[in-house]
Amino acid sequence: MEGVMQTDAKMRTESGAESSPRAPGCSLRHFACEQNLLSRPDGSASFLQGVAEKSRERLIRNTCEAVVLGALHPRTSITVVLQVVSDAGSLLACCLNAACMALVDAGVPMRALFCGVTCALDSEGTLVLDPTAKQEKEARAILTFALDSVERKLLMSTTKGLYSDAELQQCLAAAQAASQHVFRFYRESLQRRYSKS
Amino acid sequence: QLDQRFWAPTCDCLRTVEPLEYYRRFLKENCRPDGRELGEFRTTTVNIGSISTADGSALVKLGNTTVICGIKAEFAAPPTDAPDKGYVVPNVDLPPLCSSRFRSGPPGEEAQVASQFIADVIENSQIIQKEDLCISPGKLSWVLYCDIICLDYDGNILDACTFALLAALKNVQLPEVTINEETALAEVNLKKKSYLNIRTHPVATSFAVFDDTLLIVDPTGEEEHLATGTLTVVMDEEGKLCCLHKPGGSGLTGAKLQDCMSRAVTRHKEVKKLMDEVIKSMKPK
Repeated sequence: MEGVMQTDAKMRTESGAESSPRAPGCSLRHFACEQNLLSRPDGSASFLQGVAEKSRERLIRNTCEAVVLGALHPRTSITVVLQVVSDAGSLLACCLNAACMALVDAGVPMRALFCGVTCALDSEGTLVLDPTAKQEKEARAILTFALDSVERKLLMSTTKGLYSDAELQQCLAAAQAASQHVFRFYRESLQRRYSKS
Repeated sequence: QLDQRFWAPTCDCLRTVEPLEYYRRFLKENCRPDGRELGEFRTTTVNIGSISTADGSALVKLGNTTVICGIKAEFAAPPTDAPDKGYVVPNVDLPPLCSSRFRSGPPGEEAQVASQFIADVIENSQIIQKEDLCISPGKLSWVLYCDIICLDYDGNILDACTFALLAALKNVQLPEVTINEETALAEVNLKKKSYLNIRTHPVATSFAVFDDTLLIVDPTGEEEHLATGTLTVVMDEEGKLCCLHKPGGSGLTGAKLQDCMSRAVTRHKEVKKLMDEVIKSMKPK
Protein backbone atom coordinates (compact mmCIF):
# COMPACT_ATOMS: atom_id res chain seq x y z
CA MET A 1 0.00 0.00 0.00
CA GLU A 2 1.73 3.14 -1.14
CA GLY A 3 0.40 6.66 -1.20
CA VAL A 4 2.88 8.08 -3.69
CA MET A 5 3.54 11.70 -4.56
CA GLN A 6 6.28 11.71 -7.17
CA THR A 7 7.96 15.05 -7.64
CA ASP A 8 11.51 13.92 -8.23
CA ALA A 9 12.00 10.19 -8.34
CA LYS A 10 15.78 10.47 -7.94
CA MET A 11 15.63 12.19 -4.58
CA ARG A 12 12.89 10.14 -3.03
CA THR A 13 13.95 7.82 -0.28
CA GLU A 14 11.73 4.81 0.06
CA SER A 15 10.92 4.10 3.58
CA GLY A 16 7.45 2.77 3.86
CA ALA A 17 6.19 0.97 6.91
CA GLU A 18 2.93 -0.71 7.61
CA SER A 19 1.39 -1.79 10.87
CA SER A 20 0.01 -5.31 11.25
CA PRO A 21 -3.60 -5.50 10.16
CA ARG A 22 -5.11 -6.66 13.43
CA ALA A 23 -2.89 -6.07 16.42
CA PRO A 24 -4.52 -7.93 19.32
CA GLY A 25 -6.03 -5.68 21.94
CA CYS A 26 -5.96 -2.69 19.63
CA SER A 27 -9.05 -1.51 17.82
CA LEU A 28 -7.31 1.03 15.61
CA ARG A 29 -7.51 0.45 11.91
CA HIS A 30 -4.58 -0.51 9.77
CA PHE A 31 -2.20 2.35 9.14
CA ALA A 32 0.74 2.96 6.85
CA CYS A 33 3.29 5.69 6.59
CA GLU A 34 5.76 6.89 4.03
CA GLN A 35 8.40 9.51 4.68
CA ASN A 36 10.56 11.88 2.71
CA LEU A 37 8.44 11.49 -0.36
CA LEU A 38 8.65 15.10 -1.48
CA SER A 39 11.97 16.54 -2.57
CA ARG A 40 11.39 20.28 -2.04
CA PRO A 41 10.33 20.47 1.58
CA ASP A 42 12.77 19.68 4.35
CA GLY A 43 10.63 16.88 5.62
CA SER A 44 7.45 15.21 4.51
CA ALA A 45 5.32 12.27 5.45
CA SER A 46 2.11 10.69 4.26
CA PHE A 47 0.07 9.02 6.91
CA LEU A 48 -2.64 6.66 5.87
CA GLN A 49 -5.11 5.63 8.48
CA GLY A 50 -7.99 3.29 7.68
CA VAL A 51 -9.60 3.91 4.41
CA ALA A 52 -13.84 23.51 9.68
CA GLU A 53 -11.00 24.99 8.65
CA LYS A 54 -9.34 27.66 10.58
CA SER A 55 -10.34 25.91 13.77
CA ARG A 56 -8.60 22.68 12.77
CA GLU A 57 -5.54 24.54 11.57
CA ARG A 58 -5.30 26.31 14.86
CA LEU A 59 -5.61 23.08 16.85
CA ILE A 60 -2.83 21.42 14.86
CA ARG A 61 -0.65 24.52 15.03
CA ASN A 62 -1.05 24.93 18.77
CA THR A 63 -0.28 21.26 19.35
CA CYS A 64 2.90 21.53 17.28
CA GLU A 65 3.88 24.75 19.05
CA ALA A 66 3.57 23.04 22.41
CA VAL A 67 6.09 20.32 21.52
CA VAL A 68 8.49 22.00 19.11
CA LEU A 69 11.50 23.58 20.83
CA GLY A 70 11.08 26.95 19.17
CA ALA A 71 13.71 28.60 21.32
CA LEU A 72 16.42 26.68 19.45
CA HIS A 73 15.40 28.28 16.17
CA PRO A 74 14.76 31.97 16.66
CA ARG A 75 13.53 34.03 13.72
CA THR A 76 12.54 30.84 11.95
CA SER A 77 9.20 29.98 10.43
CA ILE A 78 8.17 26.34 10.31
CA THR A 79 5.34 25.78 7.86
CA VAL A 80 3.37 22.56 8.08
CA VAL A 81 1.29 21.89 5.00
CA LEU A 82 -1.28 19.14 5.26
CA GLN A 83 -3.02 17.88 2.14
CA VAL A 84 -5.93 15.52 2.60
CA VAL A 85 -5.58 12.67 0.13
CA SER A 86 -8.73 10.90 1.27
CA ASP A 87 -10.98 11.16 4.30
CA ALA A 88 -12.42 7.97 5.76
CA GLY A 89 -13.11 9.27 9.26
CA SER A 90 -10.82 10.38 12.12
CA LEU A 91 -9.36 13.07 9.86
CA LEU A 92 -8.00 15.36 12.56
CA ALA A 93 -6.20 12.50 14.31
CA CYS A 94 -4.64 11.45 11.01
CA CYS A 95 -3.54 15.04 10.34
CA LEU A 96 -1.89 15.21 13.76
CA ASN A 97 -0.02 11.96 13.16
CA ALA A 98 1.14 13.15 9.75
CA ALA A 99 2.28 16.48 11.18
CA CYS A 100 4.31 14.74 13.89
CA MET A 101 6.00 12.37 11.47
CA ALA A 102 6.80 15.22 9.10
CA LEU A 103 8.37 17.25 11.89
CA VAL A 104 10.50 14.25 12.85
CA ASP A 105 11.46 13.74 9.22
CA ALA A 106 12.51 17.37 8.96
CA GLY A 107 14.68 17.03 12.03
CA VAL A 108 12.89 19.73 14.01
CA PRO A 109 13.86 19.43 17.69
CA MET A 110 10.86 18.49 19.80
CA ARG A 111 10.37 17.85 23.48
CA ALA A 112 8.06 14.91 22.80
CA LEU A 113 6.24 13.20 19.98
CA PHE A 114 2.50 13.47 19.79
CA CYS A 115 -0.28 11.44 18.26
CA GLY A 116 -3.95 11.95 17.57
CA VAL A 117 -6.68 9.51 18.60
CA THR A 118 -10.40 9.82 17.92
CA CYS A 119 -13.11 8.19 20.06
CA ALA A 120 -16.76 7.96 19.15
CA LEU A 121 -19.58 7.33 21.62
CA ASP A 122 -22.76 5.90 20.19
CA SER A 123 -26.24 6.32 21.62
CA GLU A 124 -25.81 3.38 24.03
CA GLY A 125 -22.54 4.70 25.34
CA THR A 126 -20.28 2.17 23.62
CA LEU A 127 -16.82 3.46 22.91
CA VAL A 128 -15.38 3.05 19.43
CA LEU A 129 -11.78 4.06 18.78
CA ASP A 130 -10.72 5.42 15.40
CA PRO A 131 -14.26 5.56 13.94
CA THR A 132 -14.99 5.36 10.24
CA ALA A 133 -16.88 8.15 8.54
CA LYS A 134 -20.13 6.21 8.91
CA GLN A 135 -19.53 5.57 12.61
CA GLU A 136 -18.75 9.26 13.11
CA LYS A 137 -22.00 10.28 11.53
CA GLU A 138 -24.05 7.97 13.70
CA ALA A 139 -22.18 8.73 16.92
CA ARG A 140 -23.67 10.72 19.76
CA ALA A 141 -20.31 12.28 20.55
CA ILE A 142 -16.89 12.37 18.91
CA LEU A 143 -13.81 13.21 20.98
CA THR A 144 -10.41 13.81 19.39
CA PHE A 145 -7.33 13.95 21.62
CA ALA A 146 -3.69 14.69 21.00
CA LEU A 147 -1.44 12.93 23.50
CA ASP A 148 2.26 13.35 24.11
CA SER A 149 4.68 10.44 24.07
CA VAL A 150 6.47 11.11 27.37
CA GLU A 151 3.69 10.93 29.95
CA ARG A 152 0.60 10.48 27.75
CA LYS A 153 -0.62 13.88 28.87
CA LEU A 154 -3.48 15.56 27.07
CA LEU A 155 -2.08 18.17 24.70
CA MET A 156 -5.13 18.98 22.66
CA SER A 157 -8.76 18.06 22.78
CA THR A 158 -11.73 18.90 20.65
CA THR A 159 -15.13 17.35 21.05
CA LYS A 160 -18.44 17.26 19.30
CA GLY A 161 -21.71 16.20 20.90
CA LEU A 162 -22.90 15.70 24.45
CA TYR A 163 -21.27 13.31 26.93
CA SER A 164 -20.77 12.92 30.68
CA ASP A 165 -17.65 13.43 32.75
CA ALA A 166 -17.31 9.68 33.37
CA GLU A 167 -17.46 8.98 29.63
CA LEU A 168 -14.76 11.60 29.07
CA GLN A 169 -12.41 9.86 31.52
CA GLN A 170 -13.19 6.52 29.89
CA CYS A 171 -12.40 7.87 26.41
CA LEU A 172 -9.23 9.52 27.63
CA ALA A 173 -8.01 6.26 29.21
CA ALA A 174 -8.79 4.33 26.03
CA ALA A 175 -7.02 6.96 23.93
CA GLN A 176 -3.95 6.80 26.18
CA ALA A 177 -3.82 3.02 25.77
CA ALA A 178 -4.25 3.29 21.98
CA SER A 179 -1.57 5.95 21.71
CA GLN A 180 0.99 3.34 22.76
CA HIS A 181 0.33 1.48 19.51
CA VAL A 182 0.74 4.64 17.47
CA PHE A 183 4.03 5.54 19.16
CA ARG A 184 5.31 2.01 18.68
CA PHE A 185 4.44 2.32 15.01
CA TYR A 186 6.36 5.63 14.79
CA ARG A 187 9.37 3.94 16.31
CA GLU A 188 9.24 0.95 13.97
CA SER A 189 8.70 3.18 10.98
CA LEU A 190 11.70 5.33 11.83
CA GLN A 191 13.89 2.35 12.63
CA ARG A 192 13.11 0.86 9.27
CA ARG A 193 13.91 4.10 7.55
CA TYR A 194 17.23 4.66 9.21
CA SER A 195 18.32 1.02 8.99
CA LYS A 196 18.09 1.24 5.18
CA SER A 197 20.12 4.46 4.79
CA GLN B 1 20.81 37.54 40.22
CA LEU B 2 18.07 40.08 40.62
CA ASP B 3 18.53 43.45 42.23
CA GLN B 4 17.13 43.69 45.77
CA ARG B 5 14.71 46.38 44.54
CA PHE B 6 12.86 43.80 42.51
CA TRP B 7 11.93 41.71 45.48
CA ALA B 8 8.93 43.86 46.38
CA PRO B 9 5.97 42.19 44.62
CA THR B 10 4.15 45.48 44.17
CA CYS B 11 7.05 47.00 42.22
CA ASP B 12 5.78 47.82 38.73
CA CYS B 13 9.24 47.61 37.13
CA LEU B 14 9.22 43.84 37.52
CA ARG B 15 5.79 43.63 35.97
CA THR B 16 7.00 45.27 32.75
CA VAL B 17 10.48 43.84 32.62
CA GLU B 18 9.89 40.26 33.79
CA PRO B 19 6.12 39.67 33.75
CA LEU B 20 6.40 35.92 34.17
CA GLU B 21 8.65 36.23 37.22
CA TYR B 22 6.26 38.82 38.65
CA TYR B 23 3.37 36.42 38.25
CA ARG B 24 5.29 33.49 39.69
CA ARG B 25 5.85 35.35 42.93
CA PHE B 26 2.09 35.70 43.37
CA LEU B 27 1.28 32.18 42.22
CA LYS B 28 3.68 30.82 44.84
CA GLU B 29 1.40 32.38 47.48
CA ASN B 30 -1.63 30.86 45.69
CA CYS B 31 -3.02 34.19 44.62
CA ARG B 32 -2.89 36.57 41.67
CA PRO B 33 -1.90 40.24 41.27
CA ASP B 34 -5.51 41.36 41.22
CA GLY B 35 -6.08 39.71 44.58
CA ARG B 36 -8.04 36.72 43.32
CA GLU B 37 -7.40 33.14 44.33
CA LEU B 38 -6.45 30.60 41.68
CA GLY B 39 -9.99 29.23 41.47
CA GLU B 40 -11.86 32.52 41.74
CA PHE B 41 -13.77 34.21 38.93
CA ARG B 42 -13.88 37.97 38.40
CA THR B 43 -17.05 39.85 39.24
CA THR B 44 -19.68 38.85 36.70
CA THR B 45 -22.53 41.19 35.81
CA VAL B 46 -25.24 40.73 33.23
CA ASN B 47 -27.73 43.15 31.77
CA ILE B 48 -30.55 41.59 29.76
CA GLY B 49 -32.74 43.26 27.18
CA SER B 50 -30.85 46.51 26.84
CA ILE B 51 -31.01 46.75 23.03
CA SER B 52 -34.58 47.60 22.08
CA THR B 53 -34.04 47.17 18.34
CA ALA B 54 -32.94 43.56 18.77
CA ASP B 55 -35.30 40.68 19.42
CA GLY B 56 -33.12 39.60 22.31
CA SER B 57 -29.97 41.02 23.83
CA ALA B 58 -27.61 40.73 26.75
CA LEU B 59 -24.51 42.51 28.00
CA VAL B 60 -22.04 40.52 30.08
CA LYS B 61 -19.10 41.89 32.04
CA LEU B 62 -16.49 39.50 33.40
CA GLY B 63 -14.19 41.86 35.27
CA ASN B 64 -13.09 44.21 32.50
CA THR B 65 -14.02 41.90 29.64
CA THR B 66 -17.26 43.22 28.17
CA VAL B 67 -19.27 41.38 25.57
CA ILE B 68 -22.66 42.21 24.11
CA CYS B 69 -24.91 39.80 22.23
CA GLY B 70 -27.77 40.91 20.04
CA ILE B 71 -30.19 38.50 18.38
CA LYS B 72 -32.29 39.31 15.35
CA ALA B 73 -34.90 36.93 14.00
CA GLU B 74 -35.67 36.87 10.30
CA PHE B 75 -37.48 34.66 7.87
CA ALA B 76 -35.76 32.17 5.64
CA ALA B 77 -36.51 29.11 3.59
CA PRO B 78 -35.55 26.02 5.57
CA PRO B 79 -32.57 23.96 4.33
CA THR B 80 -33.48 21.43 1.66
CA ASP B 81 -31.97 18.52 3.57
CA ALA B 82 -33.83 19.44 6.77
CA PRO B 83 -37.12 21.09 5.84
CA ASP B 84 -38.43 21.12 9.40
CA LYS B 85 -35.50 23.01 10.91
CA GLY B 86 -34.57 26.66 11.27
CA TYR B 87 -31.13 28.22 11.57
CA VAL B 88 -29.06 29.71 14.36
CA VAL B 89 -26.18 31.72 12.96
CA PRO B 90 -23.67 32.99 15.50
CA ASN B 91 -20.94 35.47 14.75
CA VAL B 92 -18.30 36.74 17.12
CA ASP B 93 -16.75 40.09 16.31
CA LEU B 94 -13.54 41.29 17.92
CA PRO B 95 -13.25 44.90 16.67
CA PRO B 96 -10.17 47.09 17.11
CA LEU B 97 -11.97 49.06 19.79
CA CYS B 98 -11.79 46.20 22.27
CA SER B 99 -8.05 45.70 22.11
CA SER B 100 -5.03 47.03 20.27
CA ARG B 101 -4.14 43.52 19.13
CA PHE B 102 -6.99 43.53 16.59
CA ARG B 103 -6.92 45.40 13.29
CA SER B 104 -9.91 46.49 11.26
CA GLY B 105 -10.79 44.44 8.21
CA PRO B 106 -11.89 40.84 7.74
CA PRO B 107 -12.30 38.79 10.93
CA GLY B 108 -8.99 37.64 12.33
CA GLU B 109 -8.19 34.11 13.39
CA GLU B 110 -9.26 34.59 16.98
CA ALA B 111 -12.67 35.90 15.96
CA GLN B 112 -13.18 33.03 13.55
CA VAL B 113 -12.18 30.46 16.15
CA ALA B 114 -14.53 32.07 18.69
CA SER B 115 -17.39 32.04 16.17
CA GLN B 116 -16.74 28.38 15.45
CA PHE B 117 -16.63 27.66 19.17
CA ILE B 118 -20.01 29.30 19.77
CA ALA B 119 -21.47 27.47 16.76
CA ASP B 120 -20.19 24.18 18.21
CA VAL B 121 -21.66 24.95 21.63
CA ILE B 122 -25.07 25.68 20.09
CA GLU B 123 -24.91 22.53 18.02
CA ASN B 124 -23.61 20.19 20.72
CA SER B 125 -25.67 21.40 23.64
CA GLN B 126 -28.93 21.50 21.69
CA ILE B 127 -29.75 24.72 23.54
CA ILE B 128 -32.54 25.28 21.06
CA GLN B 129 -34.17 22.53 19.10
CA LYS B 130 -33.94 23.76 15.51
CA GLU B 131 -37.33 22.20 14.88
CA ASP B 132 -38.84 24.83 17.21
CA LEU B 133 -37.76 27.47 14.71
CA CYS B 134 -39.77 26.00 11.89
CA ILE B 135 -42.96 27.85 10.96
CA SER B 136 -44.11 25.89 7.97
CA PRO B 137 -42.10 22.80 6.99
CA GLY B 138 -40.37 23.21 3.67
CA LYS B 139 -41.60 26.78 3.24
CA LEU B 140 -40.74 29.11 6.08
CA SER B 141 -38.61 29.07 9.17
CA TRP B 142 -36.91 31.46 11.53
CA VAL B 143 -33.24 32.24 11.32
CA LEU B 144 -31.68 33.70 14.47
CA TYR B 145 -28.66 35.87 13.77
CA CYS B 146 -26.66 36.02 16.99
CA ASP B 147 -24.12 38.81 16.84
CA ILE B 148 -21.67 38.80 19.69
CA ILE B 149 -19.46 41.86 19.87
CA CYS B 150 -16.61 42.33 22.27
CA LEU B 151 -16.44 45.85 23.65
CA ASP B 152 -13.48 45.35 25.94
CA TYR B 153 -11.00 42.50 25.72
CA ASP B 154 -9.36 41.45 28.95
CA GLY B 155 -9.12 37.70 28.57
CA ASN B 156 -11.59 34.85 28.84
CA ILE B 157 -13.62 35.88 25.85
CA LEU B 158 -15.17 32.44 25.36
CA ASP B 159 -16.85 32.35 28.77
CA ALA B 160 -18.26 35.83 28.32
CA CYS B 161 -19.55 35.09 24.81
CA THR B 162 -21.25 31.86 25.87
CA PHE B 163 -22.94 33.56 28.81
CA ALA B 164 -24.02 36.53 26.68
CA LEU B 165 -25.48 34.20 24.07
CA LEU B 166 -27.40 32.18 26.64
CA ALA B 167 -28.80 35.27 28.35
CA ALA B 168 -29.77 36.87 25.03
CA LEU B 169 -31.51 33.69 23.84
CA LYS B 170 -33.53 33.64 27.05
CA ASN B 171 -34.58 37.19 26.26
CA VAL B 172 -35.70 36.53 22.67
CA GLN B 173 -39.40 36.84 22.01
CA LEU B 174 -40.70 35.66 18.66
CA PRO B 175 -44.03 36.87 17.32
CA GLU B 176 -46.65 34.41 16.24
CA VAL B 177 -46.61 33.72 12.51
CA THR B 178 -49.44 32.19 10.53
CA ILE B 179 -49.44 31.33 6.86
CA ASN B 180 -52.49 32.68 5.12
CA GLU B 181 -54.07 29.79 3.19
CA GLU B 182 -55.30 31.94 0.29
CA THR B 183 -52.43 34.30 -0.32
CA ALA B 184 -49.70 31.91 0.93
CA LEU B 185 -48.11 34.90 2.67
CA ALA B 186 -46.89 34.96 6.20
CA GLU B 187 -48.82 37.06 8.65
CA VAL B 188 -46.95 38.28 11.67
CA ASN B 189 -48.84 39.07 14.84
CA LEU B 190 -46.55 41.41 16.76
CA LYS B 191 -48.93 41.60 19.68
CA LYS B 192 -48.59 37.92 20.47
CA LYS B 193 -45.01 37.09 21.35
CA SER B 194 -43.59 34.05 23.03
CA TYR B 195 -40.22 33.19 24.51
CA LEU B 196 -37.94 30.58 23.00
CA ASN B 197 -37.86 27.12 24.49
CA ILE B 198 -34.36 26.96 25.98
CA ARG B 199 -33.67 23.30 26.64
CA THR B 200 -30.28 23.36 28.29
CA HIS B 201 -28.10 26.03 29.85
CA PRO B 202 -24.51 25.56 28.72
CA VAL B 203 -21.98 27.49 30.77
CA ALA B 204 -18.32 27.81 29.82
CA THR B 205 -15.44 27.76 32.29
CA SER B 206 -11.98 28.64 31.03
CA PHE B 207 -8.63 27.80 32.56
CA ALA B 208 -5.07 28.84 31.79
CA VAL B 209 -2.09 26.57 32.37
CA PHE B 210 1.01 28.18 33.84
CA ASP B 211 4.47 26.63 33.65
CA ASP B 212 2.93 23.31 32.57
CA THR B 213 1.59 22.62 36.06
CA LEU B 214 -0.58 25.30 37.61
CA LEU B 215 -4.19 25.79 36.58
CA ILE B 216 -5.86 29.16 37.07
CA VAL B 217 -9.48 29.96 36.39
CA ASP B 218 -10.78 32.94 34.37
CA PRO B 219 -7.48 34.32 33.04
CA THR B 220 -7.15 38.04 32.34
CA GLY B 221 -5.60 39.26 29.07
CA GLU B 222 -2.16 39.46 30.62
CA GLU B 223 -2.45 35.98 32.15
CA GLU B 224 -3.57 34.48 28.84
CA HIS B 225 -0.52 35.96 27.18
CA LEU B 226 1.83 34.43 29.75
CA ALA B 227 0.07 31.08 29.93
CA THR B 228 1.50 27.96 28.32
CA GLY B 229 -1.92 26.56 27.49
CA THR B 230 -5.66 27.14 27.81
CA LEU B 231 -8.65 24.89 28.38
CA THR B 232 -12.35 25.66 28.11
CA VAL B 233 -15.03 23.32 29.46
CA VAL B 234 -18.69 23.84 28.55
CA MET B 235 -21.10 22.07 30.85
CA ASP B 236 -24.86 21.98 31.12
CA GLU B 237 -26.97 21.67 34.24
CA GLU B 238 -26.91 17.86 34.28
CA GLY B 239 -23.15 17.79 34.32
CA LYS B 240 -22.95 16.77 30.67
CA LEU B 241 -20.15 18.25 28.65
CA CYS B 242 -20.88 19.90 25.34
CA CYS B 243 -17.37 20.97 24.62
CA LEU B 244 -13.86 20.32 25.86
CA HIS B 245 -11.81 22.85 23.97
CA LYS B 246 -8.10 22.55 24.47
CA PRO B 247 -6.29 24.01 21.47
CA GLY B 248 -2.80 22.65 22.14
CA GLY B 249 -0.54 24.00 24.84
CA SER B 250 0.99 22.16 27.80
CA GLY B 251 -0.19 18.67 28.61
CA LEU B 252 -2.71 17.89 31.33
CA THR B 253 -3.11 14.67 33.29
CA GLY B 254 -6.48 13.00 33.83
CA ALA B 255 -6.47 14.09 37.48
CA LYS B 256 -6.03 17.77 36.60
CA LEU B 257 -8.89 17.44 34.13
CA GLN B 258 -11.06 16.09 36.94
CA ASP B 259 -10.32 19.20 39.03
CA CYS B 260 -11.38 21.35 36.10
CA MET B 261 -14.64 19.46 35.81
CA SER B 262 -15.54 20.02 39.45
CA ARG B 263 -14.76 23.72 39.15
CA ALA B 264 -16.94 23.87 36.04
CA VAL B 265 -19.84 22.35 37.99
CA THR B 266 -19.67 25.03 40.70
CA ARG B 267 -19.30 27.76 38.10
CA HIS B 268 -22.43 26.53 36.35
CA LYS B 269 -24.39 26.92 39.58
CA GLU B 270 -23.05 30.46 40.11
CA VAL B 271 -23.94 31.56 36.58
CA LYS B 272 -27.37 29.96 36.57
CA LYS B 273 -28.23 31.62 39.88
CA LEU B 274 -27.11 35.03 38.60
CA MET B 275 -29.07 34.71 35.39
CA ASP B 276 -32.24 33.53 37.13
CA GLU B 277 -32.04 36.47 39.53
CA VAL B 278 -31.68 38.97 36.69
CA ILE B 279 -34.51 37.46 34.68
CA LYS B 280 -36.79 37.40 37.71
CA SER B 281 -36.06 41.05 38.43
CA MET B 282 -37.01 41.93 34.87
CA LYS B 283 -40.46 40.42 34.86
CA PRO B 284 -42.94 42.98 36.25
CA LYS B 285 -45.92 40.99 34.98
